[in-house]
Amino acid sequence: MSASAKAAGAASNGPWTEARVAAIRDVTPTIREFTLAMDNIRACPPGSHLRVRVDLGDRQDHRSYSVVETDGAVLRIAVKLQPESRGGSAFMWGLAVGDTLAVDAPRCDFPLTYGAPHYLLLAGGVGITPMVAMARQLAARGAAPRMVYAARSSEEFAYRRELEDLLGERLALYPSDGETALDLAAEIDRLPPDGELYMCGPLGLMEAVRQAWEAAGRPRAKLRYETFGSSGSHRAEAFTVKVPRLGAEVVVRENESMLDALEAAGVEVVFECRRGECGLCAVDIVEAEGVVDHRDVFLSARQHRENRQMCACVSRVAGGCVTIDPAWRGDGAFAFGEGGAGLRETA
Amino acid sequence: MAGILGEENMKQRTFPMNAWYVAAWDAEVGRSLLSRTICNRKMVLYRKQDGTPVALEDACWHRLVPLSIGSLQGDDVRCGYHGLVFGPNGRCTHMPSQETINPSACVKSFPVVQRHRFVWVWPGDAALADPALIPDLPWPDHAEWAGDGSMTEVKADYRLVIDNLMDLTHETFVHASSIGNEALAEAPFDAFHGERTARVERWVLNEEAPPFWAGQLGKPGKTDRWQIINFLAPSVIYLEVGVAPAGTGAPEGDRSQGVDMRVLHLPTPSTDKTCYYFWAHLRNYNIGDQGHTRRVLNAGGGIMVEDETVIEAQQVAIDEHPDHVFYNLNIDAGSMWARRAIDRMIAVEEEPYLAEAAE
Repeated sequence: MSASAKAAGAASNGPWTEARVAAIRDVTPTIREFTLAMDNIRACPPGSHLRVRVDLGDRQDHRSYSVVETDGAVLRIAVKLQPESRGGSAFMWGLAVGDTLAVDAPRCDFPLTYGAPHYLLLAGGVGITPMVAMARQLAARGAAPRMVYAARSSEEFAYRRELEDLLGERLALYPSDGETALDLAAEIDRLPPDGELYMCGPLGLMEAVRQAWEAAGRPRAKLRYETFGSSGSHRAEAFTVKVPRLGAEVVVRENESMLDALEAAGVEVVFECRRGECGLCAVDIVEAEGVVDHRDVFLSARQHRENRQMCACVSRVAGGCVTIDPAWRGDGAFAFGEGGAGLRETA
Repeated sequence: MAGILGEENMKQRTFPMNAWYVAAWDAEVGRSLLSRTICNRKMVLYRKQDGTPVALEDACWHRLVPLSIGSLQGDDVRCGYHGLVFGPNGRCTHMPSQETINPSACVKSFPVVQRHRFVWVWPGDAALADPALIPDLPWPDHAEWAGDGSMTEVKADYRLVIDNLMDLTHETFVHASSIGNEALAEAPFDAFHGERTARVERWVLNEEAPPFWAGQLGKPGKTDRWQIINFLAPSVIYLEVGVAPAGTGAPEGDRSQGVDMRVLHLPTPSTDKTCYYFWAHLRNYNIGDQGHTRRVLNAGGGIMVEDETVIEAQQVAIDEHPDHVFYNLNIDAGSMWARRAIDRMIAVEEEPYLAEAAE
């Protein structure tokens, strides 16, 4: 799944508006940029994203993509084609100029804080999309950020020319097939102690950065990142969730989240962010057959290893089945009177 | 799901009408007229000569002058303007300057029941008001429990009080001098729910007790502390809270070596943005000591002021940001289950309520 496509949930009932595809351009062989024309467009701060309604064939869903830039009455996003995705990127790549899309107003959950003495921007693959806007804004304000940009090959650096113009020698490119491997500890070491790191990329890279940051004894608050939860250590595939307390067995399709599947089956879960940040949808794991592919950033690395909970909005199971225990206990489990007085009419 | 407060929510109802709500403490209702607004319904409360409580609409049928500024005449209430008199069932019993009584003259009479020191009213459809539905909260007048409580008027949506109670992490920060400490905020918790219920359980094992609890226990050493929040929609919460010397079996179910309290929190909606917050602290230890009751009541009052300050400031901030969408955190699970239960009750009665409003 593309690095900037954040976790998707059920089709939103939000106030959708219409955007028209005004231009399409491939910025790498696997990353396609869409210029969208829409009414009442507002300039959005770096780190903003746009929620797009996508058609997955059997149902509608939504995906969020980071805004690369706003320019007059148009807004640009970029989408990586991922054959192993849950269907959103294939839908986006099927669009042609003139097509229309349902979109939300852009929203910023990954704000850039100005005034830090030093910045390191770190991007992996299509995770470059919010970083382009950040680099541009910081450069315009006279800050001199350093950017570390990793991609699968030297062909896969989107927006390379613009970044070179903006950053010059402060841009370090690390293709996976290149000669020099990215040394995260060295990059963090190079950032002065009062510097801030902003990152966006695949989950594996972000985990590695988080660990290196912690190992270096840096303050947690100076590491800023956007979560997407849509990339994991394993390919997204269908799996089964058993809920013995409710006598339910729910199949999660490969292009659907466990949270959506549970809700559709009547297993109540509370949730907020739908992208692995808030932790509200964390359910207790009773037993797991197969590997739990944790894709959230709420649980710590230690909690991921313990495997006692999983965030239903983004995390999945690879090659098997998981048995969970939800929060439901029924009114009868709570004492509000003899024999549940006060509750008997609510069954 | 994002919870929207402020203006957005004002378009929606925030409380069900068909529910029992506490309107007063037993001692607040007597042989005088008490005015209360419960769920936007103005009521006048008083007792008949035999002690039975009465709740009438607080508006004279004739010219809408509040009956609460009138006077009691035996079991009836006389309007202070033109002297119409209404009985406990709302029927007019006397009209001035005429030998008959207009057969239409009537004010609404609300179902009212006193139980375990609280006076409960049902502001919605009287036909549905079954006293068996009153939550059983036996501790305030139970022989094995002692304690007392009070009522605080809070200028905030009653659900903000519920949010406050369903996540007691705030004790660490709001009540640091009495019942909060760092160990509490860092202890894990579990949240459970039913259709109308929610429960949050938190145990702090083998830690120092905060000052209030150390004083209650009166034994040295580390403690196991429990904090169990029980919610029944729309507005009943009781806490099971206490401490026992560490390792004496409290987590396994034996609290006998410790001190155990039931803390009642009953925030009754008055208007959309104000509530009557009834509270009480009941204990099962040292129950013969009236001074202990007074000291806990005073301590409870101090804690309540701290909550009231935060919650009222929050309501002001919400009103200043009518479009703000709250971002719920993991610690908000209990309040999210509680709000879902409230929303379910509102949804169930949406149609009957509209029909009644159209009468």
